[in-house]
Amino acid sequence: MFKNLIDWIDARIPMTRVYEMHMSKYPAPKNMNFWYVFGFLATIVLVNQIVTGIWLTMSYEPSAAGAFASVEYIMRDVEYGWVIRYMHSTGASAFFVVVYLHMFRGMMYGSYQKPRELLWLFGMFIYLALMAEAFMGYLLPWGQMSYWGAQVIIGLFGTIPVIGEDLALWIRGDYVVSGATLNRFFALHVIALPLVIVILVFLHIVALHEVGSNNPDGVDVKRPKGTVAEEDKTKFEFHEYYTSKKDILDDVVPFFPHMVLKDLMAFGVFIFLFCYVMFFNPDMYGKFIEHPNFEMANNLKTPEHVFPVWYFTPFYAILKAVPDPFLGVVAMFGSIILLALLPWIDRGTVRSWRYRCGMHKWNLIIFAIVFIILGYLGGTPGTPFKEMLARVLTVAYFGFFVALYLYSKNEKTKPLPERITK
Amino acid sequence: MSNAPVDNSRRRFLTVATSVVGGAGAVAAAVPFIASWNPSARAKSAGAPVEVDITKLEPGQLIRVEWRSKPVWIIYRTPEMLKQIDSISADDLKDANSEAEQQPEYARNGYRSKKDEIFVAVGICTHLGCSPTYFSEGYSEVVEGIDSGFYCPCHGSKFDMAGRVFSGVPAGANLQVPPYYYVDDNTILIGEDEGAA
Repeated sequence: MFKNLIDWIDARIPMTRVYEMHMSKYPAPKNMNFWYVFGFLATIVLVNQIVTGIWLTMSYEPSAAGAFASVEYIMRDVEYGWVIRYMHSTGASAFFVVVYLHMFRGMMYGSYQKPRELLWLFGMFIYLALMAEAFMGYLLPWGQMSYWGAQVIIGLFGTIPVIGEDLALWIRGDYVVSGATLNRFFALHVIALPLVIVILVFLHIVALHEVGSNNPDGVDVKRPKGTVAEEDKTKFEFHEYYTSKKDILDDVVPFFPHMVLKDLMAFGVFIFLFCYVMFFNPDMYGKFIEHPNFEMANNLKTPEHVFPVWYFTPFYAILKAVPDPFLGVVAMFGSIILLALLPWIDRGTVRSWRYRCGMHKWNLIIFAIVFIILGYLGGTPGTPFKEMLARVLTVAYFGFFVALYLYSKNEKTKPLPERITK
Repeated sequence: MSNAPVDNSRRRFLTVATSVVGGAGAVAAAVPFIASWNPSARAKSAGAPVEVDITKLEPGQLIRVEWRSKPVWIIYRTPEMLKQIDSISADDLKDANSEAEQQPEYARNGYRSKKDEIFVAVGICTHLGCSPTYFSEGYSEVVEGIDSGFYCPCHGSKFDMAGRVFSGVPAGANLQVPPYYYVDDNTILIGEDEGAA
């Protein structure tokens, strides 16, 4: 009976085939470690954002007059409205936490290198779309920080020579951020960008499964046809799509159930932390929801300090560090574009930092520390010392890419193992 | 199907011509979508001029009115404030003589205003659009030796009492002076030059 149903469906759409290809018969390197759970977690958070987002739109009112009050209404009068809103607001920050860790994983193990350049690019596009999505979503509660944050970020476009002012006017649809801006951001936040993100995530996964997952050793687990002895080949049965192109070493396990179970374990830890924030500290000391946002937007009064939410602050610090406004904007966008260009900036052929030169390890560690300190500096009021420090660290941020480009050409790497190690 | 030989150049011409026409159509179809992001007629009409009565404005006081949803400041500057504007060295300012087009012609003078005492300016930082804070006194904490001025809380831009930007801050231009004129001694119309419309 059940089998008949499956057969009936399979004769009409390739359900079983797709499931096997991407789940039960997809080869995943067996040495994937803790760092490999963040892609899965990001997907979970995406689902959370979509579901809670749909529920929020049911009670939210996208207008300058009603937005702030409707958020209060969700928080106070809608049954469990506060849970749904905090799931959404905590989810936004959680998204960036897991995405930053996911990206750093890619950098440590060289997952952006050939042949995974396009996979990395899709990832960077997701990251960009996610930033736009988060930025527009932050305007919707129509609090003071929503308003002035948007004013500042849209103001960035105004610094572009010649066309800047008109462009900023066009984005806002008014002379300052207003209800017109709120409504279009709402449309983009709930329809356009989620659609783009979902499509990009789909492409990201298709690209991943086409080239295969990297692993902490950065050593290929699939080899050209005919180069692997029979006893070294995997004992599992994988989809013919993979086995027909390459010989697969005995270093892989089927994605389902092996990797999925590991990811579910991580999910258990993740949801524990998530619930702690959501239930006990939803504004995370003013970092996830900034305190001026508990006051309704007022276009005549700027809050004492205007900062973006924490996940933008490293780039914001770079923006502020450059004295010329337009060059600041160039530096800020440049700092993201350089990340997207990593596959071509890194001229090395060894992927994992385990087998790369000592300089590479330090370069990456320093880069991560610089990024975190910039994030701190971008989110706190400036002092002359902090300004100086932000300038030095901005140079250090770009220095990472310059150094990588230089030493990766003739890098002294350690010998790669023939097979993955554990 | 005819057996006529394939005429490749004709085929190419047709392909290109179809693509061009289709492309032009796509561009034309994009116009409404892009143009609908421009300020609506309602937003534009909200940019109408605003009349302000300044009878009750006291020396040193700042009042805010809304024009095009932006805060416009009207400040009654005291003689001390005016003296201080004169005393600031041009080297400390980015545009001491108001050379950039940040004001109407009639406000391109030492105090950047029609009447010396009454300063009218758009209260939005020329850096990224925050509204600077007015210090009627105690500004020397921000700029040494200056008693009053404006300080932008977002990125620390500093302006003097004529809205001129100090050197070494992110803002690149002086505060904007909107078009305005005196309807009578105590009434200012903001948003229009005298004699317009």
